[in-house]
Amino acid sequence: MTDARFAAEYEGPLLEVSDVKTYFETDRGLVRSVDGVSFTLERGKTIGIVGESGCGKTVLSRSIMGLLPRRGLVRQGSIRFEGNELIHLTPKEMRAYWGSQLAMIFQDPMTSLNPVMKIGKQITESIREHLDVDKDFAYELAENLLRSVRIPEPARRLREYPHQLSGGMRQRVCIAVALAAGPKLLFADEPTTALDVTVQAQVLDLMAQQQSERFMAMVLITHDLGVVAGRADEIAVMYAGRIVEKAPTSVLFRDMKMPYTQALLSSIPKLADESHVRLATIPGRPPDLVNPPKGCKFAPRCAYVQDRCKEEEPPLTPSTSPGHEFRCWFPVGTPEGEAALERNKQKGLRATEALVAADTVET
Amino acid sequence: MAGSGTAHLRPDGEAMLRVEHLVVEFPVGRTGLKVNAVSDLSFDIVEGETVGLVGESGCGKSTTGRAVIQLPPPVSGSVKLDGVELTDLHGEALRQVRPRMQMIFQDPISSLNPRRRVRDIVAEGLEIWEIGDEQSRAAKVEEVLETVGIDPANGGRRPHEFSGGQCQRISIARALVTEPKLIICDEPVSALDVSVQAQIINLLGDMREKYGLALVFIAHDLAVVKNVSDRVLVMYLGKFCELGPPDVMYANPAHPYTAALLLAIPVPDPEIRPDSEQILAGELPSPMNPPSGCRFRTRCPKAQDICAEQEPEVREIRPQQWVACHFPVEPGETLDFASAVT
Repeated sequence: MTDARFAAEYEGPLLEVSDVKTYFETDRGLVRSVDGVSFTLERGKTIGIVGESGCGKTVLSRSIMGLLPRRGLVRQGSIRFEGNELIHLTPKEMRAYWGSQLAMIFQDPMTSLNPVMKIGKQITESIREHLDVDKDFAYELAENLLRSVRIPEPARRLREYPHQLSGGMRQRVCIAVALAAGPKLLFADEPTTALDVTVQAQVLDLMAQQQSERFMAMVLITHDLGVVAGRADEIAVMYAGRIVEKAPTSVLFRDMKMPYTQALLSSIPKLADESHVRLATIPGRPPDLVNPPKGCKFAPRCAYVQDRCKEEEPPLTPSTSPGHEFRCWFPVGTPEGEAALERNKQKGLRATEALVAADTVET
Repeated sequence: MAGSGTAHLRPDGEAMLRVEHLVVEFPVGRTGLKVNAVSDLSFDIVEGETVGLVGESGCGKSTTGRAVIQLPPPVSGSVKLDGVELTDLHGEALRQVRPRMQMIFQDPISSLNPRRRVRDIVAEGLEIWEIGDEQSRAAKVEEVLETVGIDPANGGRRPHEFSGGQCQRISIARALVTEPKLIICDEPVSALDVSVQAQIINLLGDMREKYGLALVFIAHDLAVVKNVSDRVLVMYLGKFCELGPPDVMYANPAHPYTAALLLAIPVPDPEIRPDSEQILAGELPSPMNPPSGCRFRTRCPKAQDICAEQEPEVREIRPQQWVACHFPVEPGETLDFASAVT
């Protein structure tokens, strides 16, 4: 990066995640929640991680943060933060990173704040853990922090409890807590899913402003492609524990190759559409992560599916645009892909119809 | 907003459901204060129509839905279903009306009894109402499960064996089994993934056509509401803001609050950058002590003195589009919400 503040520091990317696997041992067998995910994130940039429930996006972020329960946990691969390997660190060793280097905000702002501790205490806790300051100074910092996250009357709010605040304000307090010790990387796991649209817009706007002021990198995890479209520099789409498509945001929306990304985008009702248009759906449900299908994990639900997809799993393949990778044998918008879709249409899309009917119970 | 009036109602007798001057209040402990959840709201629904109720949390949309089915009955106002005044009915008389109104809730998993089999959950309405004999009930349950896309062979399973989307299908089947005329859907897709959400929205559309159902569709997602609704009613702090067909209203929102809601929606297109000035600023005022006059005035960029003094009346601004605002938004006008709150 060209910013002079970081000239003396580590030159490489802020975060390098390579081939990270996170499995859980359960009675049913090994659950492969994250199965070989790699990406890099530069300082000050935002990567959006998108996918349905159960695709592994939350487990991935917690695995990077070292926040998963250790019982039955299998973690492999490499997580390098400013060149330092994190994957083997114990929670005690991770404390040097939590707060001051890596921070996280969660979906539910009520349960992520301590209900019996005043707001001021919750914010200054982190400040005093990482910075050698006295209590009064920490409270002054906390007040400024609340003002910067646009909370009116910050001095009064510091003396209040979480239940006295609205949902949007609580999420702003969570952001203040996360930012208190000046982290270089912020994980935001569905930060606005529990909020109203207007409050969501306020919170996303606030996060973007804080991010550029602090030159902080962000991993924005969401199921809503709309949320990441205007906010992320790069988007990784996850399915069944893997990244199935990754591209700079504008490239992804202009030239998506993975049928799953296309299906995800077309299932969102759009404001520009007339009312009562029939929505495209993705039949079926994500695969069982204990016994995933042999070939492409999306094949059972895919409109482009061919025999090869059921046998061989496609690797991450680079497209013609730089930084764009996808996992598909019959990509959207290519002659092979169109031919595959046409063949499926000829078959009366029976595969898809059958799947709608087969959307029943897992055994 | 935050206006009142009944000019937008269709002539008596045309509407299947007619709600007039609905008021719902909840006392706050022993303080003598009360939460003004819904204040003087009127709307109507004709047979087979879907009305979307939108607004932020706390705007009274769920309370309105519940007041319609008399759970709990409103403090004042009138709710007429097919000309019968529901607020006058009590006990057995009210009970007799209930199978014609059903409800679907937000959380599909917690709204199904985890200890009962799916088949029994769906059949419960028939048993309570003693509709048909055992055989015809079983056939009816099978039929509705089939229509919502649940294999009746799985009727012996319990809710935890199904995914969230399937549980919502079961909730829909349960609502359909008594052959209601009106279903109140309270955020039925908010807890679901986008892909599943699309399935449920399509299913509700199919059911509406098949059974000629009227729906009150409560949601905070304006794109979802647009897709399912014939008319959309925007509420703010218990008051009427705007009502109209979504295609018309979304193209030219007349109420500044409707405009704010529309501008806040994240667009899945990276070319459209969010604009901070157009984000509605400030917090929802307390419903225990709502602002005088128009309740939206404290956050409205167009507010003038009159907005604090006089509550706006509902009026027709374009054919079919009704608004309660002293200074409606002109087509193409940009609003600076950031500067409205100081």
